[in-house]
Amino acid sequence: MLAYIIRRVFQSVIVLLVVGLVAFAMFRFVGDPIENMLGQERTQEDVERLRSKLGLDQPFVFQYWKFLKAAVQGDFGVSYRQGRPVAEILIERAPSTLELAAVSGTLAMLFGLGLGVYTAIKRNGWVSNLIMTTSLIGVSLPTFLIGILLIYVFSVELGWLPSYGRGETVTVGSWSTGFLTSSGLKALILPSITLGLYQMTLIMRLVRSEMMEVLRTDYVRFARARGLRESAVNFKHALVNTMVPVTTVIGLQLGSIIAFAIITETVFQWPGVGLLFINAVQFVDIPVMAAYLMLISVLFVGINLVVDLLYFIIDPRLRANGVGAH
Amino acid sequence: MNKIIDAWHSDLAWNFRNSPVAVVSFALVFVLVLAVIFAPVIAPHDPFDPSTLNLINGFSQPMTPNTYTGDVFLLGSDDQGRDVFSTILYGMRISLFVGVFAVAFAMILGITLGLIAGYVGGWTETIIMRIADVQLTFPSILVAMLIFGIVKGVIPVEHRDQMAIWVLILAIGLGEWVQFARVVRGATLVEKNREYVQAARLIGRVRWVIMIRHILPNVLSPVLVIATISLALAIIAEATLSFLGVGAPPTQPSLGTLIRIGQGFLFSGEWWILLFPALTLLTLALSVNMLGDWLRDALNPKLR
Amino acid sequence: MTEPILSIRNLVVEIKTRHAILKAVDCVSYDIAPGEILGVVGESGAGKSMAGNAVIGLLSKPFSVADGEIWLKGRRIDNLSREKMRRLRGKEIGVVFQDPLTSLNPLIRIGDQLVETIMEHLKLSKKEAERRAISALEEVGIPAAAKRVNSYPHEFSGGMRQRVVIALALCAEPSLIIADEPTTALDVSVQAQIIALLKRLCRERGTAVMLITHDMGVVAETANRVAVMYAGRLAEIGPVRDVLTNPKHPYTDGLMGSTPAAAIGLEKLRQIPGSMPRLARLPKGCAFSPRCNRATDKCVQDPPPDLTAGEGYAACWYSLKTECTG
Repeated sequence: MLAYIIRRVFQSVIVLLVVGLVAFAMFRFVGDPIENMLGQERTQEDVERLRSKLGLDQPFVFQYWKFLKAAVQGDFGVSYRQGRPVAEILIERAPSTLELAAVSGTLAMLFGLGLGVYTAIKRNGWVSNLIMTTSLIGVSLPTFLIGILLIYVFSVELGWLPSYGRGETVTVGSWSTGFLTSSGLKALILPSITLGLYQMTLIMRLVRSEMMEVLRTDYVRFARARGLRESAVNFKHALVNTMVPVTTVIGLQLGSIIAFAIITETVFQWPGVGLLFINAVQFVDIPVMAAYLMLISVLFVGINLVVDLLYFIIDPRLRANGVGAH
Repeated sequence: MNKIIDAWHSDLAWNFRNSPVAVVSFALVFVLVLAVIFAPVIAPHDPFDPSTLNLINGFSQPMTPNTYTGDVFLLGSDDQGRDVFSTILYGMRISLFVGVFAVAFAMILGITLGLIAGYVGGWTETIIMRIADVQLTFPSILVAMLIFGIVKGVIPVEHRDQMAIWVLILAIGLGEWVQFARVVRGATLVEKNREYVQAARLIGRVRWVIMIRHILPNVLSPVLVIATISLALAIIAEATLSFLGVGAPPTQPSLGTLIRIGQGFLFSGEWWILLFPALTLLTLALSVNMLGDWLRDALNPKLR
Repeated sequence: MTEPILSIRNLVVEIKTRHAILKAVDCVSYDIAPGEILGVVGESGAGKSMAGNAVIGLLSKPFSVADGEIWLKGRRIDNLSREKMRRLRGKEIGVVFQDPLTSLNPLIRIGDQLVETIMEHLKLSKKEAERRAISALEEVGIPAAAKRVNSYPHEFSGGMRQRVVIALALCAEPSLIIADEPTTALDVSVQAQIIALLKRLCRERGTAVMLITHDMGVVAETANRVAVMYAGRLAEIGPVRDVLTNPKHPYTDGLMGSTPAAAIGLEKLRQIPGSMPRLARLPKGCAFSPRCNRATDKCVQDPPPDLTAGEGYAACWYSLKTECTG
């Protein structure tokens, strides 16, 4: 088991190094950093001086190493557009995205699991059929249209909820939270539904199909034949086995919520990391893009690793063999 | 061989006739594609020819004569007096163009890499499939955004708007190749060990050529299914990118760009500028998606 | 004669298909006395498992009991509510399925699977239930049972898993066991052990056993009486010795001839020509008539007499031991 974990950690580090290389290449080759920093009035001497100051005259590998070292210490350079350290901007923006992602992730997971299990157990009920049909449309609806629709209904027509921004926030330490004010909570509702809906649908459909598969297995039939209660059969025997394949996907879905937040944040002008990123792409603000890429990779790789380790907790067969079968 | 293909076709045709969803989706896609092809003929105005525009016509309601000029617009007009119906037709052109080319690009790239991975094996295969795995963990829309941003950075500022469409195709295509590569690699691995391939080597034929000729027909149905579903995804991806302002430029607005523009008028009551492009996008994406779903069930290849 | 544990009267199980309603089990009756092992034999699709599933009330979707009665220890059980039927399963009727590899939930310790079954049916504390689980494992011959209760199913061999399955079927001391092909998935050497185990438990506890199998050899070794099924109908029923040595139904005769163990001493292995007809295409008269070398016009035209005459008779116009009447 230890060997397996070490191998997975090793693979994760390699992936991160490759992503770091991509980020570094962006830095180094997309646009000329010198040009970006010095502007129009420059002398050859200025250029040379900056080149050696930035270390651009050193060997490639050495530069890459320096870049990685700085990144690990949280130094992602200076935003071309805002002229401030990227790390500072990110720290400022992170809480709003994390709060949004946390709320919609929780919604997606709870409702996705609940509805998935429900529609699997009541396979032919009309409520299940209604849910399944609705979800099919939900999967094909682009997220931004859902956001616009919600804004139209709840902000424009009904005027119940704000259509943009975070509302009032309270700063606790260096964390600005919208959880503590009523306008902050109200502002969270529409964006978190928009962001969570798609993931919820995916989780629900997956849970349903996996659970229906499990409900057909011999051990579920045998559990019934032993006279166990329906609730024990469904929620103990069937659900535990459903969770094995579902865990990975739920983990990855929760990770991609942070990435999909880009769209939702744009629709609702939510002042988070996603909006920062999309503005960076619009204005080719490379340091911000590179930093975002690296952060999101760390997040994804981290989630992948955690999900893999979760298998060991759920599935005793893996603990015995020590090799991932999935 | 021809007989097999015929039977396959007739089977599919029978399945098609008996699925109302498939027939309706196909009809919708067909009508939309026709509308796109004949857009210059159908559209009452050329929305990109400033000489035909009259600012006084701005914000005309659908089907209602403009208060000042008396001009009637089927689906209303936008702030600059452009006919919404015409902008939708031209916008859908961009959307479909990007979608089709992005999928074609993804397909060629995926099939090529899948063949190479399956045939060559070893390190080459490991590297290609690892890249595929890693890319699969990232949402493809994020991959597309990054590629869009990077390529935009490489292109000189003055060419950015002209190149934007091709950059979009590249970005979306690079986000969708993995599925194709996986299917083709799987089929290649199976074929590689078949006797005819071994025999071909003995008689000194080029195994490559023979294999491709055998593999491609085998993967035809899964590739077709993936391509259809990818097309729906690509259309949505393009719309999303354009909506976010990192896609089609304002000079060549796609459906996503039109929705982005229309969103600005949501609060001021000019609902038609937003609603009709949004409905068109929905219809297009949904019908292609349904068609893909039906194809998958009808051909029933082992897809995960 | 003692009162039978299980008594099936004129049982009919129907399948609703899109085109028609078919009879998977057609007017079948038999009894099982305490401590008796009734072998139910027939080809796959003959309806032998369906009868078993009907008894435990676990017929799934297209199948349903259409007619007839099922009595357990003098109590009619085919019309019980779902909840009452559930309480009966495991408590009064234990079930052993064919494949021990898939009958046990892979993610739950076998001890926990035993304890949940015991506590469901017997009013015992957790501690007592755990003790009982260990003794149940000891009884089916699992060495070091006190330690093995904490193992997961994958840590056992196939034969050992089938012992665990039997322990699960017996742990609430049911008066009837339905064993559906309990040895088919096992190695030949292990088969004998499992058969011996079933026989011993049945003898010691006076449990009645319905042994569903396609293997005449297993029946010959284990059962007291045997019921032969063909195309949903009972072909012949009687004491094992009588039926095996003097089969009255041509089908049983053919079945004996095609069983290697029973064919020893015969000159060569005989075969029954053709295969069992599909339920949708049953012939008008005797279902076996197309394959029977003794069939006459009467067999083709009229269904054979029912077994209402009782033990020792066969559903055949020309029983091998009675003189031709036609």
